[in-house]
Amino acid sequence: MLTKKKLFTRGMMDISPHMLSVIPFGIICGAIGVELGFDPYLVYAMSFIIFGGASQIVFLQLLSGGASSLVAVTSVGIINSRHLLYGAVLSEYLEKLSFIKKLLISYFVVDQGFAESNKFFKKNKTEQHLHYHLIGTGCTMWVCWQIATLSGIVLGSFVPEELGLKFAIPLTFIAIVVQDLKKIDHVIVMITCGLSSLLFFDAPFKSYIIISPVIALFVASLILRLKK
Amino acid sequence: MTWLSIIVAGILTYFTRMTMIALVNRKMLGERIKAVLEYVPSAVFPAIIFPAIFINDYGAFIEMNDPKIFGAIVAIIVGYLSKNIIATIISGLISYWFLIFVIFN
Repeated sequence: MLTKKKLFTRGMMDISPHMLSVIPFGIICGAIGVELGFDPYLVYAMSFIIFGGASQIVFLQLLSGGASSLVAVTSVGIINSRHLLYGAVLSEYLEKLSFIKKLLISYFVVDQGFAESNKFFKKNKTEQHLHYHLIGTGCTMWVCWQIATLSGIVLGSFVPEELGLKFAIPLTFIAIVVQDLKKIDHVIVMITCGLSSLLFFDAPFKSYIIISPVIALFVASLILRLKK
Repeated sequence: MTWLSIIVAGILTYFTRMTMIALVNRKMLGERIKAVLEYVPSAVFPAIIFPAIFINDYGAFIEMNDPKIFGAIVAIIVGYLSKNIIATIISGLISYWFLIFVIFN
């Protein structure tokens, strides 16, 4: 049985390689917000209040492009609706926690944290304090995100744009799913999702980000039915 | 007004995180749904990966010889063989930089 501290540290270790792409992206996010002409305090507050990478940029870009607040808020909600799927998966491992703990831990659910903690949970189902791993991934992400966006806001885009560091974001997610390419059913689900996201890219409110997972999960359910 | 929208967007985002964890009892989900949920990572992350590679900043499809496609292929191969996150990211970036700074320059 691993101690709470060990699980927390393990979570930190498991997510830290992803900071290689999260930190430059955070700097870019902070810098873009200021470049678009928003109050620096407001740009930073988003990292604290929304705490959701891409949705923060989209929000500011929409507003500065003249979209209404309603459109901007709706887009953030839709982009972040993928967390519902992460929550549905994680709930299996967080069931025994008290309601208050569930409320607190929810704030720390992020893409890479979900991915790494879910991998760990699957291998260590019998551990008692599993949620400390999720707190470890979430807190690491939180601290790095706050520091990165803040330094982008204060120092401006000191990361040269020519480096194209935004490209590190898809690479981080490739690293997460690449081992599942061994399984043909997962490959089919991934390709379905990827192609759907290109097909529905222009759908309103960035809804491709939730439409394509729904289509891909539907395909997954068909695969499961065929398997039987 | 912008502050208010940020707070509303924040509350909305928090609800997307909290709803399934705190408000929905897992027993309410059937066995079949639980089996489908196994596919969530494979069903969600390509929606972040594909547009970030194949669609440029202006919302148009990239050319098939774009350096990003090459970088992604290298990252997939290195990631698959090394099982290492840092190696995946670095190899993708370096091969991408090699193309944009050395070959296409």
